[in-house]
Amino acid sequence: MVNVNVPDIRISQAQFQPETGPSDVDVPAEVPAAEVSAVRSFLLSRGSSATADRLFAWLMLLCGLSIFVIVSLIALELVLRSQLTWHKFGFSFFYRVFTDPDTHMTMFWDPVNEQFSARPFIYGTLVSSFLSLLLAVPLAIGVAVFLTEMCPRVLRGPLAFLTELLAAIPSVIYGLWAVTVLVPLLREHINPLLIKLFGWTGFFADDNPTGLGYLSAGVILAIMILPIISSLTREVMSVVPHSQREAVLALGATRWEMIRMGVLRNARIGIVGAIILGLGRALGETMAVAMVIGATPEIHRSLLANGSSMATVIANEYAEAVSDMHLSALTEIGLALFIVTIIVNAFAQLLLWAVTRGTPSQVN
Amino acid sequence: MNTQSSNLRSQIRAVTDHTVTGLAIAATLIVIAPLIAIFVYLVYKGASSLNLAFFTQIPKPVGETGGGMANSIVGSAILLALASVIGIPIGIGGGIFLAEFGRGGKLANAIRFTADVLNGVPSIVMGLAAYALIVVPKIPFLPFTGHFSAFSGGVALGFMMIPTVCRTSEEMLLMVPHAIREAALGLGVPNWRSVLSISLKTASPGIITGCMLAFARVAGETAPLIFTVLGNQFWSSSLNQPIAALPLQIYVYAMSPYDDWHRLAWAGSLVLIVLIVVAVSLVRYVTSRGILKGNS
Repeated sequence: MVNVNVPDIRISQAQFQPETGPSDVDVPAEVPAAEVSAVRSFLLSRGSSATADRLFAWLMLLCGLSIFVIVSLIALELVLRSQLTWHKFGFSFFYRVFTDPDTHMTMFWDPVNEQFSARPFIYGTLVSSFLSLLLAVPLAIGVAVFLTEMCPRVLRGPLAFLTELLAAIPSVIYGLWAVTVLVPLLREHINPLLIKLFGWTGFFADDNPTGLGYLSAGVILAIMILPIISSLTREVMSVVPHSQREAVLALGATRWEMIRMGVLRNARIGIVGAIILGLGRALGETMAVAMVIGATPEIHRSLLANGSSMATVIANEYAEAVSDMHLSALTEIGLALFIVTIIVNAFAQLLLWAVTRGTPSQVN
Repeated sequence: MNTQSSNLRSQIRAVTDHTVTGLAIAATLIVIAPLIAIFVYLVYKGASSLNLAFFTQIPKPVGETGGGMANSIVGSAILLALASVIGIPIGIGGGIFLAEFGRGGKLANAIRFTADVLNGVPSIVMGLAAYALIVVPKIPFLPFTGHFSAFSGGVALGFMMIPTVCRTSEEMLLMVPHAIREAALGLGVPNWRSVLSISLKTASPGIITGCMLAFARVAGETAPLIFTVLGNQFWSSSLNQPIAALPLQIYVYAMSPYDDWHRLAWAGSLVLIVLIVVAVSLVRYVTSRGILKGNS
């Protein structure tokens, strides 16, 4: 029997007695004193916190709405400041071709004569991004499969940490390393090999000896998006229930068949989402691409040729653009980049959410 | 005949299995190779240039050897401090809203989705927005508008921190057990007080982890700084002027044709990567030790 010291809480009689006016009944002045506990008297003295709670809730709501505000501000400013070129060229800004009045060569970007076209930049962005996907997706899925299914448990932690460390390296350092190590490597050894073997396809021409170009950009982008695709793939593979794996194994499958039929098939949608998220990152990548793509606003079929991408031209020319039309053209390219990355990322997030049934815990 | 073909088939299956295992191992090695190459290069080329002069001197004119990146390090510190002051409180506030007040509602889902999408917006677009909002308009009574300034760069970086901090702090706050909250409310603690003093304090290791992740990500960002802070060759600590920043200076040096500047770029990259790796490793250490389980 526990002896609990329960404080005696008795509401004072005076609080409930209705006012009866002066009465000649002599109510004893000594009402039995109600022992209001310390906790209750403390709480009674503090009053209600309704206003403070409401204020706090509103403040937190404002913080939450700030995200909407940021997105709207970005969209608003981009639209407002690209009005000049939008009114001059309309939608043809994105695909027009014009000729230089003096040399009669096709040109795409002429700040002097205020003629602009986004065509080479869209081409460069698409080529470098899809090339990077081509290189990164098989490697990323290979790494994810190895880490999830084949790796000895001891190595799993360090290797996973190393691949995630790739994601933490800033873009400039990738660019610096690419310019110093990767581009000379491609220029001296790999490009001549590619030209010799695949020059007949037309995709590897011999006329650019600098080593900069779409291929270098694709390779460095592939290295950059690899950790994103790999870690998201690992996550969607881990969500697949073990019963699927065991069922396939019980039917006599080899380990690769178990992975193919039991895991990858179930995680298909999530893997597609991870790939699209990697594509979204590759589309917007600025610094590393700006350093290795050659910054030439032209379209070439050869992957070894210099080119440019949307983010590259904004980074290179924005600080030095003088005329309003030039700034407006760059802002319109930024607006196109913004819309495209939002659509791609929204689609990828929807796919990933559908697979993991909730919020992906990995925030890129 | 049947046994032979089935034997052949099972052999093919076994060979395929081994081939795929080999391919997967090869893929992992190909992925780890650039990482090791980058780190080896960083240490090899950067460490030799790290001396006291690097940390205390500003860049010398072209052609003179020596000099350092001290103004960039200080400038980056100022920018990141400003970004944290803007990004962390608003981010944690958004996380509190998503976890405590909006749980399951449509608004909360919309905010969560938009935060994830905002995370994917290219950093150069953020820089464009900051340029358009702060650098361009010439408003007489607002002190930082109308010219390139450290303030605009800090704001751009702060805006980039908000979605990351918001999402991670929401996840950490969701992990706080209900019993603790209910105990506080049952004792008469006002809601705002219980959120701040109890939920937030319980989730604080995880929230600090999220802030460090956002910090590490923003520390290496260059694109938003190119046309907001513009860079500075001299000492500057004023928020109202262009300021040097470490990643921006690395970019400028890397694109230059001078060997001495390349050397400085490698050294600066080493400093930057050490900072980021320390932050990321701390994050990993905190998450793996189970400190996130609510014990502080």
